[in-house]
Amino acid sequence: MRGLADIYAQQFKVTIASFLQYRAALVIWLIGHVLEPLIYLVVWTTVSRSTEGSVGGFTAGDFAAYFIVLMVVNHMTYTWIMYEYEYRVRQGTLSPDLLRPVHPIHSDIADNITSKLITLPGMLAIAVILGFIFRPAFHPVPWALAAFVPVVLLAFLVRFFVEWTLALAAFWTTRVSALNQMYFMAMLFFSGQIAPLELLPHPVRVIAFVLPFRWTVGFPTELLLGRLTPVQVLTGIGMQAAWLMAGLVLMRLVWRAGLKVYTAVGA
Amino acid sequence: MGTSPAVHLRDLHKTYIVSEREGGVRAALASLIRRRKQEVKAVDGISFDLSPGEIVGFLGPNGAGKTTTLKMLSGLLHPTAGELSVLGYIPWKRDRDFLRQITLVMGQRNQLVWDIPPIDSFELNRAVYRVPAADYRRTLDELTEILELAPLLKKPVRNLSLGERMKCEVAAALLHRPQVVFLDEPTIGLDVTMQRRIRGFIAEYNRRHGATVLLTSHYMADVVALCRRVIVIHHGRLLFDGDLADLVGRFTAHKTIVVTLGDCGADLSSYGEVVSCTDGDVTLRVPKAETARVTGRLLADFPVLDLTVEDPPIEEVIDRVFREELS
Repeated sequence: MRGLADIYAQQFKVTIASFLQYRAALVIWLIGHVLEPLIYLVVWTTVSRSTEGSVGGFTAGDFAAYFIVLMVVNHMTYTWIMYEYEYRVRQGTLSPDLLRPVHPIHSDIADNITSKLITLPGMLAIAVILGFIFRPAFHPVPWALAAFVPVVLLAFLVRFFVEWTLALAAFWTTRVSALNQMYFMAMLFFSGQIAPLELLPHPVRVIAFVLPFRWTVGFPTELLLGRLTPVQVLTGIGMQAAWLMAGLVLMRLVWRAGLKVYTAVGA
Repeated sequence: MGTSPAVHLRDLHKTYIVSEREGGVRAALASLIRRRKQEVKAVDGISFDLSPGEIVGFLGPNGAGKTTTLKMLSGLLHPTAGELSVLGYIPWKRDRDFLRQITLVMGQRNQLVWDIPPIDSFELNRAVYRVPAADYRRTLDELTEILELAPLLKKPVRNLSLGERMKCEVAAALLHRPQVVFLDEPTIGLDVTMQRRIRGFIAEYNRRHGATVLLTSHYMADVVALCRRVIVIHHGRLLFDGDLADLVGRFTAHKTIVVTLGDCGADLSSYGEVVSCTDGDVTLRVPKAETARVTGRLLADFPVLDLTVEDPPIEEVIDRVFREELS
């Protein structure tokens, strides 16, 4: 355990040092993470203003609060691993990682968390600025605030393991982008990123309940906004735990099978 | 004690399945429906053992299967068939204790993080390999001294020259003091001075730590300087395993005699095949068995200023080994 903590500490340092070399890229990345929810926010507040002040019970202020919180939550649980793995496998840059006596997932986790810690202050500042502009109806409940911490952590882990496992498809096909595209479309829709799931038809909500997407973005967002009952929260945590277990088991299986077919091209 | 080999291969095979198609649009469309698969036998039944502490040269032309073999030995690839063990471990299982005791240096591949100074990558390796702080400092000092790393440690890797980067790569790969070292073209692209320095360092590392070293290189100077024993493979099969001197003896039927006469006036074609004559130095190629007799005759018949008998250059020998296999 101490050994692993040491590895994480060193990886933090490496990521910070590399990150600071690319400040411009960092800003562009952050802008990307702000723009998407901002577009939905503008669309939905406009719609609600033009339809007697609310859509399915969501006022303009509710939409503002929803998309601002969602923006922060999405940033916290986001991973870029699916874009990266194809390159790693095709170029053989995975090989040096495989020679090390530690599972490569650890450096990815450390790298992700470090990047988030560096960029989070910027993200929160943007959220505050957007708050002044869009006047969100944000009334946090103390117990929901407390529950948000473990829930968002679970959301991050679920998303990380699911996406890390899907990224391993790169072992079998060198054209992962099509798969990624499908995944991101489903993510956009079923996670609540396009619209709050409450506003979608019942069958869609049932599908969203079963799939992992909602539990990585929409669920923590709804929780923080105080839109969930304690029972709903406990059910959600149960679903998160189930997906985390499934993700871990799948990851181990797929990883082992993937290494068997890995050809270590070029390196 | 000391009898069990550090590296053991028995009838090792690796077959890649590759899909292939002709060039052109029609073939591209056809490949959408039915993809033609072909088996490529990269390694086709290789066996050898390495004793602890040996430095062995692993030779073969491009595509011979050297790198594939090294990848199997270091656990990156699963063998298709055959026996394989390194320090008693099965490499592809990637046991942590196994990975902690080996290293693979690839001349064209880097493990140093591009944007930060090497010392930060070294620190990461220290943590990953769990090297105790005191050992780490001692090894780092030693590597810094032999490889003259001091001025490089704090510059970002991307600002280093190829040679400087390679020195740091080698250092990073050896910080955990591996017992078995696989080197794949460690001197590729480096100038002669740098090649010599890396070479000297490998010899020194082997001497100090008794590590087993398996080395591939296209520079014969590396092999001649470091390896008494060489293993030659071609088309995934073993061609030769033994002393470098025996390889030369076995695959060369000729010797080269260079005789200095002062001018190129004399006709020496009755003594052997005249290869060249420059500045009065005549180079003759004679059958190995004839060497002593021809030398005697030359000394008796001409006012010889100087005379040397040489084996052909090792490059030529290796080239002949590959070509004989091809024909």
